Amino acid sequence: MSRKIRHNAMGIKLDRRNFLKGTALGLTASALPTKQADAGFLDAFFQEHFREMSKEEIEEVLTRLEKEYTEKYKKNVSVQATPHMPGVVFGYGLDLSRCIGCRRCVYACVGENNQSRDPQIHWISVLRFKKGEKWSDLEQSDKYYNPAVVPEPGYFYMPVQCQQCKNPPCVRACPTQATWKDPDGIVVVDYNWCIGCRYCMAACPYGARRFNWGAPKVPNEEFNPNTHYLGNRPRYKGVVEKCTFCVQRSRAGKYPACVEICPVGARKFGNLLDPNSEIRYSIENKRVFRLKEELNTHPKFYYFFAT
Amino acid sequence: MLKICKRIVTLIVLLTVLILSFHDVGITSEQSTDTVYPEAAKPRELDIPKYFVPPPPFTEGIFPCSECHAEMDVDTERRELGMHEEQQALKHAGPQQWCLDCHNPSDRDKLRLISGQLISFEESYLLCGQCHGTIFRDWKAGVHGKRTGEWNGKKLYRLCVHCHNPHQPAFKPLKPKQPPMRPADIR
Repeated sequence: MSRKIRHNAMGIKLDRRNFLKGTALGLTASALPTKQADAGFLDAFFQEHFREMSKEEIEEVLTRLEKEYTEKYKKNVSVQATPHMPGVVFGYGLDLSRCIGCRRCVYACVGENNQSRDPQIHWISVLRFKKGEKWSDLEQSDKYYNPAVVPEPGYFYMPVQCQQCKNPPCVRACPTQATWKDPDGIVVVDYNWCIGCRYCMAACPYGARRFNWGAPKVPNEEFNPNTHYLGNRPRYKGVVEKCTFCVQRSRAGKYPACVEICPVGARKFGNLLDPNSEIRYSIENKRVFRLKEELNTHPKFYYFFAT
Repeated sequence: MLKICKRIVTLIVLLTVLILSFHDVGITSEQSTDTVYPEAAKPRELDIPKYFVPPPPFTEGIFPCSECHAEMDVDTERRELGMHEEQQALKHAGPQQWCLDCHNPSDRDKLRLISGQLISFEESYLLCGQCHGTIFRDWKAGVHGKRTGEWNGKKLYRLCVHCHNPHQPAFKPLKPKQPPMRPADIR
């Protein structure tokens, strides 16, 4: 191919390739808002995919984010990127015979994971079903019930959150690979890589993913400063978020916040590969089912009846 | 000759068996003076790991029971009590149960198992487990009841009585937290 050099009025010699390069750079530069064009913004803009970054690059990103959040929330924020523990695959159990539908888990989750208060985002939905009726259809449920006390006679409750599928349809739907399944089974989202197309939300059969329609607002005093890059760090407007089994807690050996708050002890959590774990005991000794298992998603969220 | 030999051998065998059996009796009689309940009724300590249970939720000023009861005579008759409102509202196994089925009459600061073994209020799960065996099994495995702490390490267990009032064990209804906003209300 001949590289024909053109002459222009300014007398700059420019071949076709360099001209295109210049145009692209110029367009990108004009797309950057000049107000925010400090070093941090540019660093964030050119940040690599989380799984393609080296340890040092991740460290740099974490330091940058910590500084940013500490300024914003007026408290010492730590952002971790704790990797998975070897030999651990997390499983979750929920005892439907005990759940009383009190929604303590919903709000413990909101507090622990810095979910937006306005517009409101809840990772857990507690669904109410009438006893004795067809109930496998989630559309038939009510999540806005509000009696004086629970449990109400004649009803039962089923909390639904991310089922951390072994074969997650959301991961396959993501065009930018901003969401993926880590080796401990937790499906995570890199909020810096999510473009907000919401394909994953359409793909999820459990309605477990939430979209930030507006800039998320969390009051400074309620902000949980113990955060994880792939979990409860502040989200941006226009990104998708979801339950991560409290990745910042579970990878540090602690129970998720919903397990710790449950007043009836209906929620169980542990390592599926450990034969002595609570979750293995429930699976082996109780009547267990997984939600919509005919869809071949292989959830790691086990509903069971302990009675 | 052979017959005599055989007889001698059988005699020796019989004698040793007799001596051994007497020896056994000696041991058991020694034991029975130590403990009032049979060996098999003792809870198997190995089954129960060291839990990290918070202290029992006593009503303020009610423990130790001996503070009042040490001075009082034991009346084993079933009756309405003047003291202890919880007794008036005893809703546990209907009319089958009453105070001295669980509370020990001689030392009121202890609970008493069916075997006669006395246990402290910190170990009350042994008492509950006598009737609620399957629940006790689940509780030990960590499946019945609430756990906090570490999923792969130290777990904080609760006593049965932290969630179930032993005198009215049904779980008390709670006020639910507010429902989520309807999409139409989110601005």
